[in-house]
Amino acid sequence: MIVPTGTANPGAWTAAGMIAAVVLLSTCGEVLTAAAMKSIGDLDEIRARSGLKAAIRAVVTCPLFFVGVLFLALAFFALLFALNHLDLSLVAPASASLTLVTNAIAAKLFLHENVDRRRWAAAVCVCIGVYLLAH
Amino acid sequence: MAHERLKPRQYMILALVSLCAPLGDTFLSRGMTTMPAISLAHPGSLLAAVFTPWVAIGIALLIGFFASYLTALSWADLTYVLPATAFGNVIVALLSKFWLHEPISLARWAGIVLITVGVGFVAQGPSLTERPAEAAPVAPEGEHAQ
Repeated sequence: MIVPTGTANPGAWTAAGMIAAVVLLSTCGEVLTAAAMKSIGDLDEIRARSGLKAAIRAVVTCPLFFVGVLFLALAFFALLFALNHLDLSLVAPASASLTLVTNAIAAKLFLHENVDRRRWAAAVCVCIGVYLLAH
Repeated sequence: MAHERLKPRQYMILALVSLCAPLGDTFLSRGMTTMPAISLAHPGSLLAAVFTPWVAIGIALLIGFFASYLTALSWADLTYVLPATAFGNVIVALLSKFWLHEPISLARWAGIVLITVGVGFVAQGPSLTERPAEAAPVAPEGEHAQ
């Protein structure tokens, strides 16, 4: 993803590349983070049983959590970069709605979540809704 | 595991997830659009943007979002929590309509209805996928259940 310095209106492929980078990095980060939190267990229960420090310690001692955070941080900087070059009305709806669909696919494939018809319908409704709302 | 209803505290955490994310994004957008174009040739300027007021407030809100998001992910599926995140856009749109008196186009009303319907679909189902392995007890203090 190379953009000439100070480009105000990047081409369609460059814009698509920026949005794809945000979507892919965000999906990786969210799936890895979700996997980490499932491996830790219910944070509310840990906090109730052993206190807030124990809940925080359970999170910060999980290596998978930091891999997820790394991808989320990369997605964040990709978003900042995209917002600096593209309109919010393009970046926000496109990345938010596409991320919902890629997350549903990744959650089914990698987290083995029960993404039934109800959740697919919800993902599609929310995806189109976010696009309409933010565009 | 039967489909258990979420506790009021868990609904509150989902509400925090919904509110903090769109507000944080709005602050970030406000901060970034007022800055000159940033190039990959000068990545330091991207880091400097983090310390400008609008971006800093946006980041603080996103940290609040992340803490509540992590908590929600510890007791609910990713595909259950994500629509709650999107529902925040509806809250912000309704606030802009009834508080700031901004007009909402027909397309945006359609978006609000679709997101609300989508969240309704998910909310009526189970929040967590049933797994036999989940019968194992939660890890003791500070350790991970495998």
